[in-house]
Amino acid sequence: MADVNRGNRPLSPHLQIYRMPLTAITSILTRITGNALIVGALLIVWWLLAASSSPEYFAIADGVITSWFGDLVMTLSVLALWYHTLAGVRHLIWDTGRGLDLPTAEKLGWACLIGSVVLTVLTVAIV
Amino acid sequence: MAFVTDRKRATGLGSAKTGTEHFWSMTVSSVGLLILVPLFVFTFGPMLGEPHEAVVAHFARPFPAIVAALTLVVGFMHFKNGAQVLIEDYTGGLTRKVLIIGTICLSYAAAATGLFALARIAL
Repeated sequence: MADVNRGNRPLSPHLQIYRMPLTAITSILTRITGNALIVGALLIVWWLLAASSSPEYFAIADGVITSWFGDLVMTLSVLALWYHTLAGVRHLIWDTGRGLDLPTAEKLGWACLIGSVVLTVLTVAIV
Repeated sequence: MAFVTDRKRATGLGSAKTGTEHFWSMTVSSVGLLILVPLFVFTFGPMLGEPHEAVVAHFARPFPAIVAALTLVVGFMHFKNGAQVLIEDYTGGLTRKVLIIGTICLSYAAAATGLFALARIAL
């Protein structure tokens, strides 16, 4: 008699229709950006190795890193880098026991999201 | 016992007597990167797309070379420990061990390659 109402019961929120809270989105973004930075980091190491090897090898690596695809990877890496940096500051603040209440945590989340975009625009404009 | 503080009663009763090294290393490296990353972005970034002689001359100077070297070393060690948590959260058993060992090898290899390249440019 346990499942007489099968198929007609209200379901708990499914992952696909569940609206993640801002704190959850900003948390998983920290992990995604941090680990995704390995792509840009390895590209930079390869570029440095090429620069130290020969002008011909450097031309290949520099061609890749300044191609439209390289530009896309490096620009997204800058965005990921600033986001992860700001999220890291947020963790350092939290580690002191401050800012753990929901309103402050959400403000810090918005600061990470908006701040990373602003810093990325500034970086792309300056560099 | 009435005069013994809570702290005194708790000290030394942890199961393994260790366990905060990983957390502390992430804290220290994150503060280090907080200083290094802005310096690196604005000393490394402008060199992308520059001619080979200009790049070599730039990284032969002490400040850009030392900033780049520190950023790569601290950054890859931060990645090594951070990616380990990612792996531990989503995998288990042999897969977990293989992935963690692979991440550690990749991190040291990348850091060593970057240092070698910088040293060859600088010297």
